[in-house]
Amino acid sequence: MSLIRFEKISRRYQMGTETVHALREVTLEIARGEYVAIMGPSGSGKSTLMNLVGCLDSPSSGRYELNGTDVSQMDDNQLAEVRNREIGFVFQTFNLLPRSNALHNVELPLIYSGMGSEERRRTALESLAAVGLADRVHHKPNELSGGQRQRVAVARALVNKPSILLADEPTGNLDSKTGQEIMALFEELSRKGHTIIVVTHEEDIARRARRIVRIRDGLIASDERQESKA
Amino acid sequence: MNFLTELREGLLISLGAIRANKMRAALTTLGIVIGIVTVTLMGTAIEGLNQAFLKSISSMGADMLYVSKFNWITRSHSEWMAMYKRRDITVEQAKALARQADFASAIAPTAEDDHSVRYKNRRSNNVMIIGSTEQYLPTSGASVAIGRFLSPSEAEGGRPVCVLGSEVATNLFRNESPLGNRITIGPRTFEVIGVLEKQGSLLGSFSLDNRVVIPLRQWTTWFWNNPNLDISVKVKDVAQLDEAREELRQVMRRIRHVAPGKPDDFSINQMDQFVEMFHRVAGTIAGIGLFITGLALFVGGIGIMNIMFVSVAERTREIGIRKAIGAKRRTILLQFLIEAAAICLLGGLIGLGIAWPLTFAIDHFLPATMSLKVVGIALLTSLVTGVLSGFFPAWRAARMNPVDALRAE
Ligand SMILES: Nc1ncnc2c1ncn2[C@@H]1O[C@H](COP(=O)(O)OP(=O)(O)OP(=O)(O)O)[C@@H](O)[C@H]1O
Ligand SMILES: [Mg+2]
Repeated sequence: MSLIRFEKISRRYQMGTETVHALREVTLEIARGEYVAIMGPSGSGKSTLMNLVGCLDSPSSGRYELNGTDVSQMDDNQLAEVRNREIGFVFQTFNLLPRSNALHNVELPLIYSGMGSEERRRTALESLAAVGLADRVHHKPNELSGGQRQRVAVARALVNKPSILLADEPTGNLDSKTGQEIMALFEELSRKGHTIIVVTHEEDIARRARRIVRIRDGLIASDERQESKA
Repeated sequence: MNFLTELREGLLISLGAIRANKMRAALTTLGIVIGIVTVTLMGTAIEGLNQAFLKSISSMGADMLYVSKFNWITRSHSEWMAMYKRRDITVEQAKALARQADFASAIAPTAEDDHSVRYKNRRSNNVMIIGSTEQYLPTSGASVAIGRFLSPSEAEGGRPVCVLGSEVATNLFRNESPLGNRITIGPRTFEVIGVLEKQGSLLGSFSLDNRVVIPLRQWTTWFWNNPNLDISVKVKDVAQLDEAREELRQVMRRIRHVAPGKPDDFSINQMDQFVEMFHRVAGTIAGIGLFITGLALFVGGIGIMNIMFVSVAERTREIGIRKAIGAKRRTILLQFLIEAAAICLLGGLIGLGIAWPLTFAIDHFLPATMSLKVVGIALLTSLVTGVLSGFFPAWRAARMNPVDALRAE
């Protein structure tokens, strides 16, 4: 059974009298454990697709099943719960809370899921250790390097043991060496069985994934599986 | 999500936000501060007034009627002038009333004047010298602490005796008992036969203990031959107060030969008037206070609302992040409500800090202390203001679309 099932998903934006079709009846299935790269020119609808997969946004039409449940009709609060339990986000701009230290940033999803403070702290520390930041837990984002910030973001995304890790251009704000490190981290996570979807512009980053979905003008232009490099 | 965790997290976030913008938060609270100062001072004043009033009227029974040339409460100067022109109430009239008033259990005519009182080299100024009879005791609500009160024959006769109020007694006699000693009032010396129990003050300013009671006959002999008297009348049955009042009125009209159809040329006062006046004064204070408070809190509330909109706008991205990782509408709403409430509570505390020393200033006029109740009301008021004015901005934050919020700069 697919983890993600898009059935004729469309996302339209009304700009005055004009309608922008960011996604046009996209049908897509992603199974548990897959490592998918999403590519395409700027404005083609990659972020729109990611936001829909991540339940940050609701489709204008179509049906979205996540883990067998229809989430396209859910209300705000139900979606918040799904995001909290099923989805881990990594953004291009890190999106950490600037006034909170690394530990608190990573604890946040656990606070929202109602975990008790002791277990929460332990879980968050484990998650930070898993991305190699055990010695930086009390640093605030502005006291960390870009790569370290993105690691905190990955730790936060994974702390709730979500079904999917979504990353929209996670290396876009990093130099190529740090970007490579983050991608190595993703590969490791993939090997451990995480489902990962990455949006990227860079071919060599995409080639690390097992499957590349190319988007153009809100449509899927190609969907190819690569030889396993392992 | 656990509500307590949520509350704690909200509190931490808002404290962090306030700390990051200390100056802004402090300035924003100005309206709240003014509102809380007013509501606190008003509450304290009314409470003080209430206490002073209760203490004062407790010495005046509900079963008392007071015949006097003047109304206790005058509404205008012309009204007062009209009463000023009335004939005095004489000793003969008081005696006639005492003979005819079978509805009364006690009737005490009183004449009053200020004099200084001396004993040896001690002196007490502005003491109220009251000329009355043995009936003064039951009608004034006073009681004897040591010695005894005037006897009926002393009240009638010319023997110069006196009973001291407690303040006069302590002022003149330090280490010896006043009983049997002679004090000098005006041109005459009087033997002290008793001291009254402490009675406190009227509305916190006019002491009831700074007085000396002497026989009425002595008073008219030495101070003023034809005084204008007040007559205190204690009725037998308080349930029949209105009937007694009417009867008293008719008797007084007869005694003073008021022609039928003419208005009374005297006043009958009773505690009700006092109560009524008190309620009017308290009502006025409350009205003005509530108006200022309401206005200040309204302006303050708008200020809070404004700053909360700014706060929400500044933190749009943060809202987006929180929503992306699972914060529900309620969580965001609560976070900003707590922030607004915390700012207002801060204003409330500053307000209390300002009002506290001011209550000592009020204390010069009224017995005023800032009670826990007033503090509670003040803090609750600021809390409610915060929640009300924070609601609209917080609601806007809670309803934000996460994608749009995340895209904000
Ligand atoms: N909130 C919005 N309102 C109107 N139009 C929007 C909105 N969000 C996206 N669009 C439009 O939808 C289309 C797809 O945008 P999207 O952000 O998904 O592109 P993208 O593939 O992520 O591009 P990039 O590589 O530059 O990030 C674009 O034409 C964009 O203008
Ligand atoms: Mg994009």
